[in-house]
Amino acid sequence: MTTEAASAERKGPNMFKLIMRFGPLIFLLLLMIVFALMNPNFLNPVNLFNVMRQISITGLIALGMTFVILTAGIDLSVGSLLAFCGMVAAVVAKGGVTSSLAAAGGQAGFGWFAALLAALIVGAACGAIQGLAVTRLKVPPFVVTLGGLTIWRGLTLTISGGGPVSGFDATMRWFGTGLIGPVPVPVIIFAIAAIICHMVLRYTRFGRAVYAVGGNAEAARLSGVRVDRVLVSVYVIVGFFCGLAAFVLSARLNSAEAVAGIGYELTVISAVVIGGTSLFGGIGSIAGTVIGAALIGVLVNGLVLNNVSSYTQQVVIGLILILAVAFDRWLKTRARG
Amino acid sequence: MTSGTATAAQIPAHTAAQPGPATPLLAIEGLTKRFGAVTALENVSLSLRKGEVLGLMGENGAGKSTLLKILSGVQPPTEGRILIDGAPVTITSPQHAQSLGIITIYQELSLIPTLSVAENIFIGRAPIGRLGLVDWGRMRREAREIIARVGLRIDPQTVVSALSVAEQQMVEIARALSLSSRIIIMDEPTSALSETEVARLLSIMARLREEGVAIMFVTHRLEEASGICDRMTVLRDGRLAGHLERGDGPIPIPAIIENMVGRAASELYARPAERATPGPVRLEVRGLRTTPNPEAPHAIVLDGVDLDLRGGEILGVAGLVGSGRTELARAIFGADPVAAGTLTLDGTEIRPASPADAIALGIGLVPEDRKHQAIFAALGILSNFSIAALDAYARFGGLMDEKRERADLAEYKRMLNIRMADADQTIDGLSGGNQQKVILARWLARDPKVLIVDEPTRGVDVGAKAEVHQILVQLAARGIAIMVISSELPEILAVSDRIVTMREGRITGELPAREASEAKLMALMALGEKGQ
Ligand SMILES: Nc1ncnc2c1ncn2[C@@H]1O[C@H](COP(=O)(O)OP(=O)(O)OP(=O)(O)O)[C@@H](O)[C@H]1O
Ligand SMILES: [Mg+2]
Repeated sequence: MTTEAASAERKGPNMFKLIMRFGPLIFLLLLMIVFALMNPNFLNPVNLFNVMRQISITGLIALGMTFVILTAGIDLSVGSLLAFCGMVAAVVAKGGVTSSLAAAGGQAGFGWFAALLAALIVGAACGAIQGLAVTRLKVPPFVVTLGGLTIWRGLTLTISGGGPVSGFDATMRWFGTGLIGPVPVPVIIFAIAAIICHMVLRYTRFGRAVYAVGGNAEAARLSGVRVDRVLVSVYVIVGFFCGLAAFVLSARLNSAEAVAGIGYELTVISAVVIGGTSLFGGIGSIAGTVIGAALIGVLVNGLVLNNVSSYTQQVVIGLILILAVAFDRWLKTRARG
Repeated sequence: MTSGTATAAQIPAHTAAQPGPATPLLAIEGLTKRFGAVTALENVSLSLRKGEVLGLMGENGAGKSTLLKILSGVQPPTEGRILIDGAPVTITSPQHAQSLGIITIYQELSLIPTLSVAENIFIGRAPIGRLGLVDWGRMRREAREIIARVGLRIDPQTVVSALSVAEQQMVEIARALSLSSRIIIMDEPTSALSETEVARLLSIMARLREEGVAIMFVTHRLEEASGICDRMTVLRDGRLAGHLERGDGPIPIPAIIENMVGRAASELYARPAERATPGPVRLEVRGLRTTPNPEAPHAIVLDGVDLDLRGGEILGVAGLVGSGRTELARAIFGADPVAAGTLTLDGTEIRPASPADAIALGIGLVPEDRKHQAIFAALGILSNFSIAALDAYARFGGLMDEKRERADLAEYKRMLNIRMADADQTIDGLSGGNQQKVILARWLARDPKVLIVDEPTRGVDVGAKAEVHQILVQLAARGIAIMVISSELPEILAVSDRIVTMREGRITGELPAREASEAKLMALMALGEKGQ
């Protein structure tokens, strides 16, 4: 009898813990049910894959942003860095700033692989510069990346002269528009990246160090964690993902725009925070971020399907963001009891 | 002598709800608090009378902090009643508790560091003058009067961050008085204070008692509790273990221990049995100097420290707060920059430029301030345990060998007798003493050559203190060179083989532990004072 009572008692809090952990997921499912009831097209696989394709760009950046926010940092420069990396990739792919949609390849270009490599290297290098400014110059991440936000945009405009660079070969475009079975390639890239990031944060030494630095930087230092290295690394990671996202985005649009990614930092940070990652660091997960990104994607899509005007959409999105986080909070305080 | 004989008093019966001379100011009846499957408090009853100091005693994890949190409105009880002046109340929030006349002073001070003393005292209720503006003059005047009541002589316009921990605590008490609180609750108020500061706090507590304020406080320092408490309530594993009352003399310490641990007390600081003779010098410190650090203006500057640490030996470092003990530890550990001097480890000169370097060389440090320097409150016990040994637990590709981590943690849990539910619960759910044991386990997992322990038993109960001392002796027997820094002289005397004293960044004396006594150490600690 007593053992029964004890196990029942143990089950109670565990159930709640479970619900608590999946707060954002429950919210996402509720939202999907509502949209499905309002518009049957919502659950159409074509539509769902479309949503996934849309979230994969900001989702990729949000993966990197999760590392940064876990260390109690922030990166406001991601939208500009995305544009910068995209422009670099386009220029490398085409061998110049010529914008001929007709040219399928362009003899002077270096091809998709060089373009991808260039985007990744430039993204990581820009991240490293910001990380070093944070650790060496002791400038707060908010300020460093606010500077980055205008610097990378300015550089993009400088190399492109303000206009787009368009027209890539078919292989490169496949990364943005192709399908593997029914699944869009960007979704597959996002899924693989998410799994790798999850593994890194959850199962590796580096992941432990990231949580430790965000949880208590001084204690981490006194426990032998090389805090500065961890900090630089997380900015390199987010920069790398900006590069990857930039490549996929350019491939999808068949064009790199100097004005790409404006305002992305807000979507990306929202996705991470909705996913339960604390802006104070030390708490959060990749799974949460994926759910957060999906929540935003579903919301936009559902509103569009229901013919909500783009002005009203912004109001609704803002409200739902606040609601989602409030719901998560509420579950957590309930669970603490 | 379990829950009552010579010194134990009868619990007054709470029959009438009418406030009368027999009605206690505060009464708790049948209080129970559960956290999921953990029962932190079970059916606890106690009372607090006007003008008395009540000590809430118990081992680590006995439920003391939980009880105080319930009284201060931070957590709701699962079951039970709280009565003030005989009338039942439901305390819903810290603000509500304050309005009921209960104010709590946490170990984590809650003042706003960037505001002045006066602003902190009057926060949220600044005196308003003409035109609806803050009357700064009156605020300063009143603040000065209030802080004088706690014997603090500082300018009320001083910014709080410029005060010492002890002074900040006094400001909190002053604030409590200005709120005309009738009940002051304090959780381990003395654990971070020097001996003189403790004495001052105790004298203020005595004065407040004269004024009719009721004080309930938690401490692990039994001498101090015995000295001041009129009564004590002892908890054991969340249950009431007994009430003790001052008779003709102070409550005897053996009686407290017996109630706390549930068996007759062995000697409090039994000196562990004689040990093997110390081995060769492992760490040699010569002429160690630091320069003033603009980022830490309160830090003491080391002024040429020479020291030898031998394998298998425990070196005690005694000194008042501000003698440079902690700075010495941090300089050796690479946590603060060194201006001059040499460190030699096992015959090789070393220059650790960071804690990571020092750790890689085989030096470990258990820092003095657990909350800010050691604990990752939001992380699980497992992550807290293995953080200093990530390299040792990482396999190919940086993947953590979690199985081995868990096995080792389970091992240390047994060895150090850590009370915890599972390895993944967050460490802030553990009681203070058990947190400290996890931090010790963190360093044991590294198997260091030199281990520096700054305040090994701060916030640790008597039973666990003896355990920690025993563990340190065992580690020394393995050939580790251990340096123990402690504000508690009995602890230094109990655990050390050799003792050095410090003052103002210099070593002022050295004694084999056999020849040392508190009096001799005090004299050496004061050496170098002007006129000597
Ligand atoms: N938020 C919480 N969640 C789960 N368990 C908790 C929580 N807070 C306290 N506990 C548990 O309740 C018990 C009592 O803890 P409490 O902090 O009251 O002990 P304590 O007597 O103050 O110990 P110490 O002397 O070490 O400070 C412990 O077993 C602790 O693990
Ligand atoms: Mg406690």
